[in-house]
Amino acid sequence: MATEALGLWGVPLAIIAGTLRGSVPFLFVSLGECLTEKSGKINLGLEGTLLMGAMSAYAVSYLTGSPWLGVIVAGVAGMFLGLIHGWLSQQPRVNDVAVGIAMIIFGSGLAFSLGKPFIQPSAPQLPTISLAGWTQIPQLESALSISPLFLVGVAIAPLMQWFFRSSRWGLLIRAVGDSPDAARAMGISIFKVRMASIVAGSFLAGIGGASLSLFYPGSWSERISSGQGLMAVALVIFARWNPVQCLFASLLFGGAQAIGPAMQSVGIDAYYYLFNASPYILTLLIMVITCSPKRTLTGAPGALGQAQE
Amino acid sequence: MKATIAAPQTKTAPPELEVINLTKRFGTFTALDQVSIKVTPGSFHALLGENGAGKSTLVKCIMGFYTPTSGDVLVDKQSRTIASPKDAHHFGIGMVYQHFTSVPAMTVAENLVLSRYDSPQWINWAAEYDRLDAFMASSPFQIDLRTPIAQLAAGQKQKLEILKQLYLNSRVLILDEPTSVLTPNEADEVLGLLREEVTEGHLSVLMISHKFREVMAFTDEVTVLRKGQLAGHGYVRDLTVDDMAHMMLGEKKEATPVKKVTVADPRSVLELKHLCADRDNGLPAVRSASLTVNSGEIVGIAGVSGNGQRELVEVLAGQRPRHSGDILVNGTPYQSTRREMARHQVYTLPEEPLRNACVPHMSVAENMALRTFDCPPQAKQGWLLSLSNIRRMAEGLVQVFSVKTPSVDTPVGHLSGGNVQRTVLARELSSTEINLLIAANPCFGLDFSAVDYIHSQILAARNRGVAVLLVSEDLDELLKLSDRIFVISDGELVYESPTATADIKTLGQKMAGH
Repeated sequence: MATEALGLWGVPLAIIAGTLRGSVPFLFVSLGECLTEKSGKINLGLEGTLLMGAMSAYAVSYLTGSPWLGVIVAGVAGMFLGLIHGWLSQQPRVNDVAVGIAMIIFGSGLAFSLGKPFIQPSAPQLPTISLAGWTQIPQLESALSISPLFLVGVAIAPLMQWFFRSSRWGLLIRAVGDSPDAARAMGISIFKVRMASIVAGSFLAGIGGASLSLFYPGSWSERISSGQGLMAVALVIFARWNPVQCLFASLLFGGAQAIGPAMQSVGIDAYYYLFNASPYILTLLIMVITCSPKRTLTGAPGALGQAQE
Repeated sequence: MKATIAAPQTKTAPPELEVINLTKRFGTFTALDQVSIKVTPGSFHALLGENGAGKSTLVKCIMGFYTPTSGDVLVDKQSRTIASPKDAHHFGIGMVYQHFTSVPAMTVAENLVLSRYDSPQWINWAAEYDRLDAFMASSPFQIDLRTPIAQLAAGQKQKLEILKQLYLNSRVLILDEPTSVLTPNEADEVLGLLREEVTEGHLSVLMISHKFREVMAFTDEVTVLRKGQLAGHGYVRDLTVDDMAHMMLGEKKEATPVKKVTVADPRSVLELKHLCADRDNGLPAVRSASLTVNSGEIVGIAGVSGNGQRELVEVLAGQRPRHSGDILVNGTPYQSTRREMARHQVYTLPEEPLRNACVPHMSVAENMALRTFDCPPQAKQGWLLSLSNIRRMAEGLVQVFSVKTPSVDTPVGHLSGGNVQRTVLARELSSTEINLLIAANPCFGLDFSAVDYIHSQILAARNRGVAVLLVSEDLDELLKLSDRIFVISDGELVYESPTATADIKTLGQKMAGH
């Protein structure tokens, strides 16, 4: 193994590299989910959206030779699933979580059946940006080549924060998510605001899928997401519905995901599967720590997940 | 528009608002029948009427929520089509709703800016704060702009609702029972400041109210509706409370007189010792409450909504875990389990009965059997339900408690508020051995006759020797019914007095937290 040349320094290096690579889908899905939940709806279906995004990005990149076109199509495919979720979950007395689970199955099933022909061929990948021009060590160079999508996501987080604070639309979304009655009294269409938030959130999640298939791990298979879309939902709770904290939480989850491969790269094979499970363990721990029967979470949108009468 | 928001000191005179022969039908039901009302510029106009008299329908037609079936709304003597609250705002008419319409998670400033119909897509907060500070300085009430709504007291929230309309430059304010969540002192303050604005000619106010005291003290004119029709109009200076009550209720209805019997050798039934409970967010709601309720006694707890009453009742009803402290019923520790409720004969009339005391989709009969379905004769050997007995018992209770329902098989959620409360009352008061009754806002939102009925039932229970704990936001109700009165403020019982010698002014001050 090449990393062995760096000795034990290879572990933190591999974790940093894994963080920069592996956090991109978490980042996009959690920002999408943050936007959706701010409007008062939960979209568990982003797991399916992620897979659909990954499949469509890979297929379009393979068929047209343009990975960037693949990214756009992934977002559009996400919006299509978002439209379905937005409409279904806003029917009277419909529960968003139930619709979300249905959408996970629908989205992943659609992605698997449409994506069958694209498992074997290799599609053009997104270009990477190297931050390692100053070093000659090849391991560092490969570790520090990052995806342009990562930079886009890092830019979106503070922009979204500012959007919620200082734009009329941002205030409207927060109003709808926190107190639909108040929003209705202002003459705002709750359906439209939530629909727009869900569709925009699904667009972001679709792009998260594109980064899976066109950057890291950079191929299309049915096991590509391994539950990252669902973990991103937990991550939004951990981040207290704050986009900038979603960024940090995504880095944490991306890092946790990199622990297993990093240990393996320096030859520590014991507990490989246990280390690989660290993001899931982290999700469980966060749920246990943040949930209490005696109190509600601070920062949660007031009307989150409530069915319309 | 922007200029007037930037400089609210350039106050224009309010327009004249007139409604002529307005009729509104919902299907075959006529909610309003040929109603006319005129709000002259610079006047404080009261709209009186019982629940269901059509007051809300009338103002909703003015505000553009409903389209009138026939009739005209005139602003400055011209017929106008008002299709939405936005149109109403265009004509300078704004409404303050009974429930708060501010977004709890946002600050005062964010709520104000969001309420504007012309707020810019991108908000420059520094400039907005400058303008908002200037607006606050010239407004009748002041509220800190950077406080989140969730941290405001009810009185401040109500002031914010009014401020919002002033900020929107509304010159005709429609207020829907604006003082129902306020203490008497807060109500006087808010209405007094509005009265000053009206007297100076900056505003007209149309206020829906139940409270004769406020109508007499603050308003100029009064229009009374009864069953969707105009029942009277006049100047407050020419009218007495009796005149207005007569217009409101039609034939004179006397409240059933309250007769209290002294119960022999009272014993302590309910005892709270340093009871503490938390809110949903984990912060303390009830702080070390200690009190005793004796048999044949009504103990009232007064307080402004949100001071821990809800959590206290939920703990007693078994809906919320206590943080610490003891509850004793008949001298033994009490954990609010079903077994203990049955053994000690503890019954509850919680607020919002449809949410707290009924299963909305289950029938009236099933809801009436919730306490006793597992005992004979409604169940055989404790598990096999006898549906015919459940129905028969419910039919009897529907008769005795005069619940208006199509049948005992109707889902209770389909009944009106008053009949839901009667259903719960029937279940909770039909036991002959009832020992302790815990009631929370039992008459909230009910009309005169329903209120009268529930009051007489509670009093009858007391006279039979039942210990009653009555938690209410309606001070008049507590003064009428209770033998002893406590005040709860910020989770603490801050005042206790026999009701006969209670000083209303002190009560109000304690409720406001002074």
